[in-house]
Amino acid sequence: MDKIPILKIGDILLVTIQVDMHDRLAVSLQDDLTARIVKDHAKGVLIDISSLDIVDSFIGRMLGYIAAMSQALGAQTVVVGMRPAVAITIVELGLPMENIQTALNVEKGVENLKRAMENSEKGIHHESLGTRNP
Amino acid sequence: MSLWEPETLELKTGEDIIRARQRVRTCMIDQGFSLIDQTKMVTAASELARNTVDYGKGGTMHIEPLADAGRIGIRLVFLDHGPGIKDIERALQDGFTTGFGLGLGLSGSKRLVNEFKIWSEPDKGTQVTVTRWR
Repeated sequence: MDKIPILKIGDILLVTIQVDMHDRLAVSLQDDLTARIVKDHAKGVLIDISSLDIVDSFIGRMLGYIAAMSQALGAQTVVVGMRPAVAITIVELGLPMENIQTALNVEKGVENLKRAMENSEKGIHHESLGTRNP
Repeated sequence: MSLWEPETLELKTGEDIIRARQRVRTCMIDQGFSLIDQTKMVTAASELARNTVDYGKGGTMHIEPLADAGRIGIRLVFLDHGPGIKDIERALQDGFTTGFGLGLGLSGSKRLVNEFKIWSEPDKGTQVTVTRWR
């Protein structure tokens, strides 16, 4: 069975989704990622979807679950690298993305996460972080 | 531009959904559809194929090329002999779901295609036909 690799960079875990996700793979990613957040004391999760040529409601739901689970474990999630054609399509599809923070690329995503981590160390709440709606 | 032969693919598992998606993609590339058109139709196919697998208890996707008065198109027919949909009007509304999904499958994919037809009868099955013109 395929596995999606999870890389650790400082306090951040980087997940690059490079294959067509099917149900079992999505579930195993949730399991692996939550275990790694706890094990590595990660404060942020970056999910790179630049290889995905579509995002349907199944993948959208999975990204939402991952963001919520990570949040519950004290880590912020930022989804990066969405392709323009995918962005146009998910808006027409009506996919709710308001609970998912996004950034243009990995570099910007890391900046967003670092800013959020510094703020949380200073005791400022995460609400200042970009595209997030309460 | 080559017109490929119509064919029927089986939809039983998550892997079948991925295969169906890839088939729609390559057929659309063959027909010279734009990247955005491809992305919209492949996303719609993914939603409808998932409905067939999850709610229709499995079925088929028929894929055929269209050439009508100089217009180039692609048509997909999703057929299952599952429990059917009791209230089609309601099923076409955003957020309607009998499962644990987001309820975007039918309403969302309708917005991603040019023509959308649905037939369903309780205990007989469901057939969804979608067409996209270049």
